[in-house]
Amino acid sequence: MKKNIENLKNIQNAQDFCLNEAKKLGASDVEVSISTGSGITLTTRLGAVESLEHQSDQILTVNVFVGERKGVSSTTDFSETALSKIVDSANTIASVTSEDVCNGIPEQELLTSDLPNLDLYHPWELTTEDAYRFTNECESSARDNQSISNSEGSTISSYLQTRSLANSNGFSAQYKSSIHSLSCSVIASDNGNMQRDYWFTTHRDPKLLNEFSLVGKVAADRAVRKLNSRTITTCQVPVLFDSLIAKSIFSSFVSAITGPAIYKRTSFLTDALKKKIFPDFLTITEKPHIKKALGSAPFDAEGVATTERELVNSGVLHSYILDCYSARKLNMQTTANSGGIHNLIIESKENCNTTDEIIKSIKKGLFVTELIGHGVNIVTGDYSRGASGYWVENGEIQYPVEEITVAGNLESMFKNILAVSSDADERSRIISGAVLIDNLMVAGQ
Amino acid sequence: MNSSDTLIEAQIKLLQPSNISHADVEQILAASYTKSHDYADIYIQHTEQESWVLENGIIKDGGYSISRGGGIRSIKDDLTGFSYTDDITVTSLMRAANLARTTANNQENTKILLQQKGEAASCYTTNSPLNSITNAEKLDLLQYIDTSARKKDARIKQVIASLTSSHEIIFIASTDGEFAADIRPMVRLYINVIAEQNGKKEQGSYGGGGRFTYEHLIERGSIDSYINEAVRQATLNLEAREAPAGQLTVVLGSGWPGVLLHEAIGHGLEGDFIRKATSAFTGKIGERVADAAVTVVDNGTLENRRGSLTIDDEGMPTQCTTLIENGILTSYMYDKHNARLQGVSSTGNGRRQSYAHLPMPRMTNTYMLAGNYSPDEIIESVDHGFYAANFGGGQVDITSGKFVFTASEAYMIKHGKITYPVKGATLIGNGPDVLTHVSMVGNDLNLDEGVGTCGKEGQNVPVCVGQPTIKVDNLTIGGTSELDA
Repeated sequence: MKKNIENLKNIQNAQDFCLNEAKKLGASDVEVSISTGSGITLTTRLGAVESLEHQSDQILTVNVFVGERKGVSSTTDFSETALSKIVDSANTIASVTSEDVCNGIPEQELLTSDLPNLDLYHPWELTTEDAYRFTNECESSARDNQSISNSEGSTISSYLQTRSLANSNGFSAQYKSSIHSLSCSVIASDNGNMQRDYWFTTHRDPKLLNEFSLVGKVAADRAVRKLNSRTITTCQVPVLFDSLIAKSIFSSFVSAITGPAIYKRTSFLTDALKKKIFPDFLTITEKPHIKKALGSAPFDAEGVATTERELVNSGVLHSYILDCYSARKLNMQTTANSGGIHNLIIESKENCNTTDEIIKSIKKGLFVTELIGHGVNIVTGDYSRGASGYWVENGEIQYPVEEITVAGNLESMFKNILAVSSDADERSRIISGAVLIDNLMVAGQ
Repeated sequence: MNSSDTLIEAQIKLLQPSNISHADVEQILAASYTKSHDYADIYIQHTEQESWVLENGIIKDGGYSISRGGGIRSIKDDLTGFSYTDDITVTSLMRAANLARTTANNQENTKILLQQKGEAASCYTTNSPLNSITNAEKLDLLQYIDTSARKKDARIKQVIASLTSSHEIIFIASTDGEFAADIRPMVRLYINVIAEQNGKKEQGSYGGGGRFTYEHLIERGSIDSYINEAVRQATLNLEAREAPAGQLTVVLGSGWPGVLLHEAIGHGLEGDFIRKATSAFTGKIGERVADAAVTVVDNGTLENRRGSLTIDDEGMPTQCTTLIENGILTSYMYDKHNARLQGVSSTGNGRRQSYAHLPMPRMTNTYMLAGNYSPDEIIESVDHGFYAANFGGGQVDITSGKFVFTASEAYMIKHGKITYPVKGATLIGNGPDVLTHVSMVGNDLNLDEGVGTCGKEGQNVPVCVGQPTIKVDNLTIGGTSELDA
């Protein structure tokens, strides 16, 4: 592992160089973050390797504060010439941007002092031979299904990353992480009609990936069950969003309560703090320290220590998602969310049924398994997206549907959540079960 | 600047700092290529970028970035090996070449001899936008937008404006025996405003840009019209009623609504999906896919446009490819790799986000040619319908053919007249047959103002879309209110 030690030394040197240069140029505060990573990605299609990519990435970003002004620069070139140029440029920018009392690095006491071990780093000695074997096993298992006529292939990737952060308050920390995944996308056809679907497994620890043949089998089953989809008549019904896509609804919730949207008043939840926005049974918690989880992090992009907290309890919004700047703007405390959220868990405190049990409870409604398009307006909460899935009647799936839209307004959609299933999808930073929402407009013929 | 000057500039910026010679490039290529390989190329890139953001009346953010590196691709039959490095030196590029080759180095390497590719007609200036005006002038422009938008209507409570530009220098050499270079400028201005009235909020957005400098953006004199449009849309939406849910005749405005073509048919005509037979348009050349009034082209050669390229990212000159002529499907869009496997020629559509990404067939400026009707005639022909004057983004499933795009400004049409505005909604349709339902094509072809970005398999590239006003006989509108008669 000689290369890693060299890397570490390079990172340290580059950080020190930027901190010193910026100070020399008159910066009052400086923050330098470095991200480096390497990995391989291999795709097998129709039994043969289609592409093999070797990744090797590095980027250094410097935030320079001159009094109350701020400038940012970044580079993928770590030579001294490039580093000098970006520090100089960040300083120049910080001489012309507006003075803003909310600018600055975190207060000393907020910075993380000891790093919890989150068990995020699990390298995988994945040879190209193994990568081919695993993807071929996955794709073959999908193609064993007689209705699968074509394939977009199976892709495996393994990536290692190091994140480092240092600032002029003497803070310096770094952590390593790994991410491995395998996916498969196949096409089912019947009488000239084609349907594509996919499935995937992803984990920080390669030992905890799902069985590769299972991933292929699920991808095939998902594509096949979409065959002979039809549209439906326009109606207003309860809609169950599959756990795979339910997270997109909570991702809109995240956008709507993230600092800038609140202080700029560009969110439909601008004045929602301490108000009831979800039903009583709904709880939303951020848990940054779950071992091996995809969203876990010891500190945020500003070096602030992450902590577990409740965002929504009994349906009431208790906290926004803030970094230092937006917190100061709102006269609040940062929630250590510079750079995003760290494992957002959506849970129901009652009626913890599985997706299948919820389907059984639907008299007449829609089970949506795929959403397309960008029809979410965070300013107004207006929601209108393309969808496909299954028509449900008397607790049974009847037939696949496509070429429809689901529409509503997020504010009422949040209140009209009837259930969240217990079988959550953990392959994301937002972890939610399937979500049943009453009274959505479904447009078809 | 002619091709030779561009090449000299590229060599100074990309190769000379690490003393990479012409012979070194030939050797690096040779290392990624054996007699059993079909093709290899090396792509070296240097990009400088800056961005300025105004919000809450202040210049909130300023940023600058340098991105530099080289990618090497080696192809043997269907198999592509790829590796890249942030370090543009002979050692690092050679290491990348060996990784990209994918086979053991026991086969006889082929000697590669490179010569400069022939002249391609330049579509834009090679000058850098970044320093075309002073920082103070950039910030004044943003402050002007803020003041001006708020002055236009007292209900405007927030203005967010961003000004970004980039200057990209690329050098490409391939085992076809040629090398080429390109220098690409890009400017983008985007304005987002929030209007508030009686506790109700709505937004409006507009912007423009292209492959030119800030000076050119200002000289074009369109900035006031961008501000007007953003303010008009936000305040209009304050009055908008719920959009209907269900099928109606839809009239799409000219310009940006051309995103319909991009999603409904454009992606499905990209050569990788055609080769893999995963697109609903596979095997349909010569077939009727649209009404006879419909002709659609992908044209990378337009001067100064956001989707234009003098040469694509494989060194091929871009061209104007007719995709649909009088309703008949005439061509797909190809990069070199998929063209070779299909036994056809590249159409100059090989594009990549950066040196760290593999090229793929991508669109450039995609638009429908003008027809015979005036926009008024088209509206007057509709008894009960939906007029979508402007759009946000869209998405497509190229296999099932289902596509969506989201209206940002829309009205109901009653008895041949535009009546009240309705809220934005997503429209959904079936790509392979939507253009057969186009019953009128307007005479007012417009391209969008130059803000579009297309995403495919995680790679983003700038594109343009366009069309005249068109009428589509039946599309599903994803609103929230019931259709009235």
